[in-house]
Parts: sequence; C-alpha cells; structure tokens
Amino acid sequence: MEKRPLSFYILAAFFGLFVLFLYGPTLTIGILSFQGPQGGLTFPMNGVSTYWFHDLFREQAVGDIWGAFRRSFGLGLMVMVTTVVVSVLAGLAFRKRFAGSALVFYAAITSLVIPSILISLGVGLIFNQLGLKVHWATSGFGAQLTWTLPFGLLIMFAVFNRFDKSYEEAARDQGATAWQTIRHVVLPIIAPSLIGVALFGFTLSYDEFARTLLTAGSYNTLPLEIFGMTTNVTTPVIYALGTLTTAFSLAIIAVFLLAVWVLGKRRARHGSDAGRGV
Amino acid sequence: MTRTVTAWLQAAPLTLVLLCFLLAPIAMIVVVSFWGATEYSIYPAFQFDNYAYLFGSEVTYRVFLATFRYAAITWALTLAIGFTVAYFLAFHVRSQSVQIALFLLCTIPFWTSNIIRMISWIPFLGRNGIANQTLIDWGLIEQPLEWLLYSDFSVILAFVHLYTLFMVVPIFNTMMRIDPALIEAARDAGATGYQTLRHVIVPLTKPGIMIGTIFVVTLVMGDFITVRFMSGSQRANVGRLISNDIGLLQYPSAAATAVVLLITVLMVIGILLRFVNIRKEL
Repeated sequence: MEKRPLSFYILAAFFGLFVLFLYGPTLTIGILSFQGPQGGLTFPMNGVSTYWFHDLFREQAVGDIWGAFRRSFGLGLMVMVTTVVVSVLAGLAFRKRFAGSALVFYAAITSLVIPSILISLGVGLIFNQLGLKVHWATSGFGAQLTWTLPFGLLIMFAVFNRFDKSYEEAARDQGATAWQTIRHVVLPIIAPSLIGVALFGFTLSYDEFARTLLTAGSYNTLPLEIFGMTTNVTTPVIYALGTLTTAFSLAIIAVFLLAVWVLGKRRARHGSDAGRGV
Repeated sequence: MTRTVTAWLQAAPLTLVLLCFLLAPIAMIVVVSFWGATEYSIYPAFQFDNYAYLFGSEVTYRVFLATFRYAAITWALTLAIGFTVAYFLAFHVRSQSVQIALFLLCTIPFWTSNIIRMISWIPFLGRNGIANQTLIDWGLIEQPLEWLLYSDFSVILAFVHLYTLFMVVPIFNTMMRIDPALIEAARDAGATGYQTLRHVIVPLTKPGIMIGTIFVVTLVMGDFITVRFMSGSQRANVGRLISNDIGLLQYPSAAATAVVLLITVLMVIGILLRFVNIRKEL
C-alpha cells in the first residue's frame, strides 16, 4: 500500500471535527439531562441524578407527552406503510413510459422543495373551508405524505436505475405472469432498499414539525409537544425528553440497519447455488 | 395498451396524494390570497389588497433580502464543508466497509429530530454556555460574548448543522460514480492532486452539487422554525412573516406572502434544474 499523503491527515482531521460538530451538541444534552435536581440548563453539573427523567413521568410537570409519543408512533407507522406501498407502485409505473409521467414527476419534485409551511397552511385552509376537523390521522397524515413520498420515489428511481432487467426476462421466459415476476423476482431483489424507504417514511414522519403544525388538530404529535415545551419549560426536563426521543430514534435506525444486514447475510447464504450442480 | 393502463393504475395512489395534499392546497392558497379578512374570520372576495399591502410595505423587501442572505451564506458554508467531507470519504478512505460506516455516521442525525438538535445548541452558546466559559478560561475574552445565541450567527450555525448532510449525500453519491480510470489518467498525464481535483473531480461532481444546492436553498428559504428558535424571535425571514400572519388568523395575508415565496422558490429551482437531470443522477 502506498504511503498516505499529508492531505489525508488534514482531511481526516476535518472529518473528525465535522463529526464532533454533528454529534457534540446532542451528546452535551445527553450528559446534561442527568443534572442533579438543583441543576440548570448548562454546565457545571450540579450532581448526577435521573431526577429529570422521573420528572417526565409526572403528568403535571410537562404536557401530555406520552399521548403525543403514542400518536407520533402510530402516525409514523401509518406513514411508513403507505410510503413503502405507494413508492413501490409509483416506481414500477415510472419504469414504463406513460402519458403524464413528466407531470407526476414534477409534482413530486415540487412536493419536495415547497416550503413546508405552505402545505400546512393550504391543507389547514381546505379542511376549514370544507367544515372538516383537522386531525393528525387525516390532514396530518396527508400533509406528511407530501414530504415522505418524494423521498421514497427518488429512492425507487435509484433502485430501478441499477436493476438488471434480465432477471425479469428470465422469469418471463420461464412462463411467470406479470404478478409472479413482481412477487417472486422483483420484490425480493429490491427488499433491502424497501427497508430504506420504510426508514425514511417512519423517521421523517416521527420528526416532522412544519407540515404537521396546522394539520394535527387539538392532539399534538411529539415534535409539536416538544416545541411547545421550549417556550415555557426552563429546566433540564426538556433535555431528558430530548435524550429519550433521540435514543428512541437511534434504536429505530439500529433496527432498520440490522434488518438490512440480516437480509444481506441470509441472501449470501441462500442466494447462490453456483457450482453445486442441479 | 394494457401496459399504459397498468402504469396509470400504479401511479394513481401517488398522483391522488399529490392532488389532494399538494396541488389542491396550493390552489387553495392562491384563491385565499385574494380573500379578505376581519380580526377573527376570513371571507371570500376578489381583491388585490393583500398583494398591494405586501408589495407596498418596506418590511417585505427587507425580509426577502434577509431570506436570500441566509440562503446564500448557508449554501456557501454547507457546500464547502459538504464537498470536503464527501471528498475525504470518496477518495481518501480505502476500505469499503469503513467508507460505509463513516457515511452512515454522517447521515444518522438526518433521521433524528431537528428541534432537539436545535435545542442542543443552547448549553453551548448561552451566556454562561460552554463556548463562553471556554473562551474566558483560555483568557481570550473577559466578558461573555452576547452574539453567540439569539443572533444571525446562531441561526446560520443551526442551518449548517441541520443541512450539511443534504450536500454530503448527493456529492458523495456522484463522486462514487466517477470512473477511477479518469483520475489515474489525470495522474499519469502529470496532474498534481490539486489539478486533478480542480479539472477532473469538481466538473464531474457538478450534478451532485446541484442537487445538494436545491435541497439546501429550498430548505433555508422555506424555513420558519429555525430562524424563530435560534434567533429568539429577534430575526425575521419570509417563513416567519407567514407564520406570524397565521398566528394572527390573517390567512389571506399569509396566503399572499406564501404565493410570492412559492414563486420565488420555484424560480430558483427552475434555474438550478437547467443544470442537472435529477432522474439520471440517482
């Protein structure tokens, strides 16, 4: 191996600083959430305790964060499933040329780049004028889909750009119907990417703030609840909540990454029968 | 023929969602931007008062200018940082598994809450925060710096913190698709590392830079929450103008501002899209 140039060490140091910049603040509030009962919002630590985590469980100390968590979790699952199904279907559609595909594509890009507050405002206005009540599971759900679906679609484009069509041809040559080809050939091949789409769907929904702001109705999702707390909570209890939700997000990410990894292992084990004869 | 029908059926759910929750809301905002409002309700009308007020107010121009300024500064910083990080990952990390691990390390924060990530700057930047304490301990300053939190500085810091990922990912993606033979050829032809970077890598990375730019510029221009939170409500951008009007139930006025913002953003994107074919680059 050739010797590493000086630029490698400079860039590596830069990269290290960048990672510190990314994670430093989160680690800091992680530490500060273990402040003692008399501790404040910044260092020095005034003792070490889990006081503020216990505080979270006292109903009157903060709002209805457990209800908010349940709603965000449920909404995240709804958005995740819908995003995966709708993105896969749309991805399949875009492989064939169909009239209007350019329009749908540009609509999806618009959905990605439009300022979130416009979705919030527009959906809120429509529901008001139709005399419907905004609710996180209806208007909030739809508003979040405008954020997660474009990501799902772009991932599907990336997947199908790399997809080897000869697998499908082989299936068809052996007499598989269109549905059988999708079910037994296409879906298993793209499965790891679908886990990626699901990860986007869940986490983007779980953390979404702007598009849910005017569309969630009287029951807050977790990000709305947290934002409400920032204006009137001045104790480390907000760090404790931040630490818990971040830990939850990290656990979710770990589960998804683990799923991709397990799938890859299984595939490596079962995939090839080369050299084993028939 | 059946192929087309199948394609339409497959695209139908996406189209339906976009119709109901993207295009209809945009149409609604355009319609309401011509409506009138009293203190507590809005009524259908066709008047240009909202636009006349918007364009007649000096505040509007100032706030739009501030918004562009945030976008430009954030863009320059995220590009510089994002390009450097992606360059390191793509060309200096040799083992593929280390590369994937470091790439994931950069992307994981994207899947966590933006609001929590903003809150987590407070213990750093506050009057008695870590930054001020450290600088005082080192003897560099005597009084705590007041401009660290609730200022343009903290707003841009948060933008860079939140959105650099959107540069790293597409730039890394395009860099990974550069044929190593081209770089080898440049070296064989006697190019220095810098010349290779300047004349081979940067031109080939342009599509990724464009996609990153689209993300960062639109996210910053449409933002209202970062500016409100990190400036302690002391700075304004267009998004905050809209959200303030919403808070006062002045929906028609908010809608008019939203229409102007949307047109501005789409014009910027339209220009950027001329330089890149997104579908080819994924």
